[in-house]
Amino acid sequence: MTERLFEGADWDFHTLQRITDACEEVAKNDLGLDVYPNQIEVITAEQMLDAYSSVGMPLFYKHWSFGKHFAYHEASYRKGLMGLAYEIVINSSPCISYLMEENTATMQTLVIAHAAFGHNHFFKNNYLFKQWTDADGILDYLDFAKNYVMQCEERFGRAEVERTLDAAHALMSHGIDRYPGKKKLDLRAEEKRAGRRRQHEEEVFNDLWRTVPAGKSKSRSALSVERRRKLLGLPQENLLYFLEKSAPRLAPWQRELLRIVRHIAQYFYPQSQTKVMNEGTATYVHYRIMTKLHQQGRITDGNFLEFLGSHTNVVFQPEFDDPRFSGFNPYALGFAMMQDIERIVTSPSDEDREWFPDIAGKNDVMGVLRDVWANYRDESFIGQFLSPKLMRQLRMFHLHDDPEERAGIRVDAIHDERGFRRVRRELARQHDVGYIDANIEVVDVDLSGDRRLILHHHVIKGAQLNETDAKRVLQHLADLWTYDVSLIEVDANDKVLREYVVSPRPIPAAA
Amino acid sequence: MPIHIIDRRLNPGGKSLENRQRFLRRAKSLVQGAVKKTSQERDIKDVLEGGEVTIPLDGMHEPRFRREGGTRDMVLPGNKKFVEGDYLQRSGQGSAKDSGPGEGDSEDAFRFVLSRDEFVDLFLDDLELPDLAKRKIAQTESEGIQRAGYTTSGSPANISVSRTVKLALARRIALKRPRKEEIEELEAAIAACTDEDERVVLLAELERLKAKTKRIPFIDPLDIRYRRFETVPKPVAQAVMFCLMDVSGSMSEHMKDLAKRFYMLLYVFLKRRYKHVEIVFIRHTDRAEEVDEQTFFYGPASGGTLVSSALQAMHEIVRERFNPSDWNIYAAQASDGDNSYSDGELTGMLLTDKILPVCQFFAYLEVGESGGSAFDLSDSSLWTLYERLRNSGAPLSMRKVSERSEIFPVFHDLFQRRETSQEKAAP
Repeated sequence: MTERLFEGADWDFHTLQRITDACEEVAKNDLGLDVYPNQIEVITAEQMLDAYSSVGMPLFYKHWSFGKHFAYHEASYRKGLMGLAYEIVINSSPCISYLMEENTATMQTLVIAHAAFGHNHFFKNNYLFKQWTDADGILDYLDFAKNYVMQCEERFGRAEVERTLDAAHALMSHGIDRYPGKKKLDLRAEEKRAGRRRQHEEEVFNDLWRTVPAGKSKSRSALSVERRRKLLGLPQENLLYFLEKSAPRLAPWQRELLRIVRHIAQYFYPQSQTKVMNEGTATYVHYRIMTKLHQQGRITDGNFLEFLGSHTNVVFQPEFDDPRFSGFNPYALGFAMMQDIERIVTSPSDEDREWFPDIAGKNDVMGVLRDVWANYRDESFIGQFLSPKLMRQLRMFHLHDDPEERAGIRVDAIHDERGFRRVRRELARQHDVGYIDANIEVVDVDLSGDRRLILHHHVIKGAQLNETDAKRVLQHLADLWTYDVSLIEVDANDKVLREYVVSPRPIPAAA
Repeated sequence: MPIHIIDRRLNPGGKSLENRQRFLRRAKSLVQGAVKKTSQERDIKDVLEGGEVTIPLDGMHEPRFRREGGTRDMVLPGNKKFVEGDYLQRSGQGSAKDSGPGEGDSEDAFRFVLSRDEFVDLFLDDLELPDLAKRKIAQTESEGIQRAGYTTSGSPANISVSRTVKLALARRIALKRPRKEEIEELEAAIAACTDEDERVVLLAELERLKAKTKRIPFIDPLDIRYRRFETVPKPVAQAVMFCLMDVSGSMSEHMKDLAKRFYMLLYVFLKRRYKHVEIVFIRHTDRAEEVDEQTFFYGPASGGTLVSSALQAMHEIVRERFNPSDWNIYAAQASDGDNSYSDGELTGMLLTDKILPVCQFFAYLEVGESGGSAFDLSDSSLWTLYERLRNSGAPLSMRKVSERSEIFPVFHDLFQRRETSQEKAAP
């Protein structure tokens, strides 16, 4: 029999090392995972709270809103309203996993298997992460961002920087490129670029250019609407990008700040699209690793029961009428789907052969799963792999709530032969960021008139913006644009539902 | 693949401190309001404790584009009896509000915990010590130097020779370094030796001892110790607070409670400004005595009322124990205003001649029964007396209080920053 990894609940750093080695052995040999090098850090509860308030990143620029989140989390943690996560894992290379010092040895094993191998593999192999994030550069970039914000505060005053960051944060959810460009993001180069650009500006500065007479300005009509829109890159749904490039009166450092916020939003974009898959992968991996370690006799029955206890808590899915229900638990759904795929691959029923001819009975579980993990996001994953059996098992049903409908909320489809495809499509749509975020884009700028910025919100299914918040965000937008901003909510038939117009606030006199 | 395991637990904490301070600065007026409100509700004893405050989220809102309303589609787990085409009754607006930080509507309150220091800072933020002659002393804190053991590093000037030699000696004994006497003895033996063979043995022995002497130095860098010093604040910044209270039969529990609250505030306030604060409790009826806190507030006593006795006692204690050149003296007197008629003149004299000249600050708090009757009645004998003194130029502060909730405003009023009398001009 193999030697036990640990006895009881206590652990030390040698134990952690042994655990990691054992997990790695299983991950490599049995599951065929391909991971970034691991870095495991043991932290205290306070440090965990720190990480919470700066969106989980180990270093971040300073801003009051993070202090607010910290105060909030701390208060609820102290009152016992909130437990802390067992781990936080960062999509970087090396992949950093933070483990809480309070965890028992079993929990540390679970967490290492979950984060350092499950999430890590997903980060390294999923196409969205490959496309949108630069794991090698992120930590350096955050360091650059932190220093840059600090320098700006020294040079231009804290209040000014705060104003810009407040505005940028408000627009953060609309500072994302949804379609990949020609270039892969290279965060390391970003830092050098910012420095080079400033240096270039300083080198080529010559006041004489100001006095050179300009040619006759082009007549208005020459610039047709189409051409103007093309020049400005309109329509543009990345509001932060548009402001960075086109806002008329921003200082260079303000543009750089918008760029930083935009890059960070972009970095988190894949995570929001792959919650179910990411957690499903990590949960499946930790389950496989723990089971294997138990089979090998490297963890005791008692420890394995402790693991099963926490594992069951994690993948618990309350039903819709349960007071604990708050939507689908990504851990539960993801794990259930991964296990279901395993079942389809190894012992398919006739139904599965009909629904999943590609994978049913293929017998190479890990090959299929690795392919799934690499090439799908939540929306396409559910749309493709949610099986009728699982829909029956979770007893899923689709509700359609139309406020116009007097009779009440209609049950549109349930887990039966007629409903499977509709339920699946609807659940996939619920996980599609294209449907979750408001579709807002810059459509035009009234260059010949009062330079008003015109945005459209394409209303889907009658869901309009919350008025108070919309006004506040637009206020921030107007402050950055420095001229009026109007937001028009239009429905699918281009009917105007509502129009907001906001004027910029006067900039307080520089102190 | 190399795996790095790092222990971060020992990293300096408080990484979020700056963000937290920024947040507090930004929400300062809101938090300050909340602090004042909270402190009125709770026991003053707990004021020092910091604790949870609630502020409206309004100013701290982080807006985002959010959508609401419209037709909604959702897929839910756990169907029990529905079939396609069923209609469910709407049960009001059942959608649970998310109340994370910064989400939800503007009337949402935001609760968080302030540390003790943050709380007291905000609590006393706009208060200032009375502007008196000794303020200078009160604020310049002189630092003294004090010996604090030995260290292995330091400036050569601080080498402790005796400690170094002692350690060197211990090391030499432990390592058996030959003593000078041993070598001399051996040399003498060699000189006296006649037998050639024995001489060779002795010479070899001498050689060995000398080599050992060379190997083991007399004083090794390991032995060197430096004297260590640390700075300690000198107790120039010290204050004594005299609490004088009338405990005659006419003082009710309510009145004593008011007085107690005032004393507590004063104590908290002085504690912020001075390293070291002492409290002297003097209670009086027709006689005065110095007592401990418990007796002061809760000990039974009865008798007539002679204020002068308390002032006399205070004067004696000051003369015996608290030299006015070393101590900042604060006094707060609480009474219901009764005083023997015959005592007025003596009280006035003691106050103007003995007490006020040595005090930084003397406050008189007239406490009344709940209901505010004290304000309607004609002034009490003590109030009249003090009023007269003040009008003739004595630096007295006096207020009337009859409700708990008035304590803080009155205290605030007494110590408010007075822009006019400050040399640092208002911005």
